[in-house]
Amino acid sequence: MRAGAALLACCWAATAFAGEVRAPRAFLSPELQALQDDPARHPGWLWVEQGEALWRAAPPDPGKQTCAGCHGDITGMSGVAARYPSVASDGALLNLELRIERCRTEQQGASAFGDESEALLSLTAAIAARSRGQPVNVRIDGPAAARLAEGRRLYSLRQGQLNLSCQQCHEENVGKRLRGDIISHGVGTGYPAYRLEWNGLGSLHRRLRACSLGVRAVQAPFASPDYLALELFLADKARGLAVEAPGIRR
Amino acid sequence: MTACWHAPLVAACLLALAPAGASEVVPLQVSGDAIGQPLHGLSGDAARGALVVRNRETGNCLICHAIPDRTERFQGEIGPPLAGVGLRLTEGQIRLRLVDPTQVNPGAIMPAYHRVSGLTNVDARHAGRPVLGAQEIEDVVAYLASLKE
Repeated sequence: MRAGAALLACCWAATAFAGEVRAPRAFLSPELQALQDDPARHPGWLWVEQGEALWRAAPPDPGKQTCAGCHGDITGMSGVAARYPSVASDGALLNLELRIERCRTEQQGASAFGDESEALLSLTAAIAARSRGQPVNVRIDGPAAARLAEGRRLYSLRQGQLNLSCQQCHEENVGKRLRGDIISHGVGTGYPAYRLEWNGLGSLHRRLRACSLGVRAVQAPFASPDYLALELFLADKARGLAVEAPGIRR
Repeated sequence: MTACWHAPLVAACLLALAPAGASEVVPLQVSGDAIGQPLHGLSGDAARGALVVRNRETGNCLICHAIPDRTERFQGEIGPPLAGVGLRLTEGQIRLRLVDPTQVNPGAIMPAYHRVSGLTNVDARHAGRPVLGAQEIEDVVAYLASLKE
């Protein structure tokens, strides 16, 4: 009986482990974990501070509000990034960057910052940092359901000259060594992230473009429907994991 | 053919006369789980193959596999270690597994290194080209076949 119970417990443990998605932080070295955890040393905080300044900065049209003018202090953005990407009232799937650009063009009457611009990365990092430690909890019902399904399809699609899907590495070979790297679950909770390889802050879509290049597939543009659907799928996969943005990545 | 030797057609003629280059794929001649004959009748060079295996821009085999060489610090562990592969498989079996592993295992994660069909969403710079040309395949076959322990 006791042996049976032990066996059952083993099976449960194995099942739980198979379904478990570990936080990206768990795949960092102790040194990089410490760097990610310490805003005083984390180079991404240069962008956070710049973003907090932009939050309070007057838009080009003096008749328009600053971000803070409508939203209040940026501390009020706590938890927002954990809910993105999210479907807007007009049905468009928006990530945090696109949400900021909409506010910028529609509410502030200004021109968009532009994909991957330092200003957009800074504001995104500053807002996302306010959700650090909070569990990812995106909506996948209603209009999001079809985009999630599209993201899942792309995740398992073998692509490129090297004919690899995201899933083959980030589900089926997690924890194994790829040259000097350990394959993670590939979730995007640390983005925008300061990546050592970039010597700077970059978005999840920049990272996805690097993945596409790696398997020698066509790189989709920033904010493309494909990458947005993948971003939603990855956020659903990361459900319950803490937001790490701005993360430190290799 | 005389016109052939006028510039700038020389390069095109040389290509036509040369064995299959990187952009050409040799028709498959599979028997059982092997391609018994060298692609285009080319002979492989194990020393050149050892370079292709290590080269991160061409074979990049060590991203997923390990070879018996302690000077290579970072080696992969997605695929099986390659030590002794020359004992486990014949040259023909190695050749088919490089050219198109899905012929042996339809679910293989390993890319097909000398196949251009049945691929999705390939970057324009690589479209219509195999990862490795026929000569590179033969060089890698020669190298792997030499790994006997």
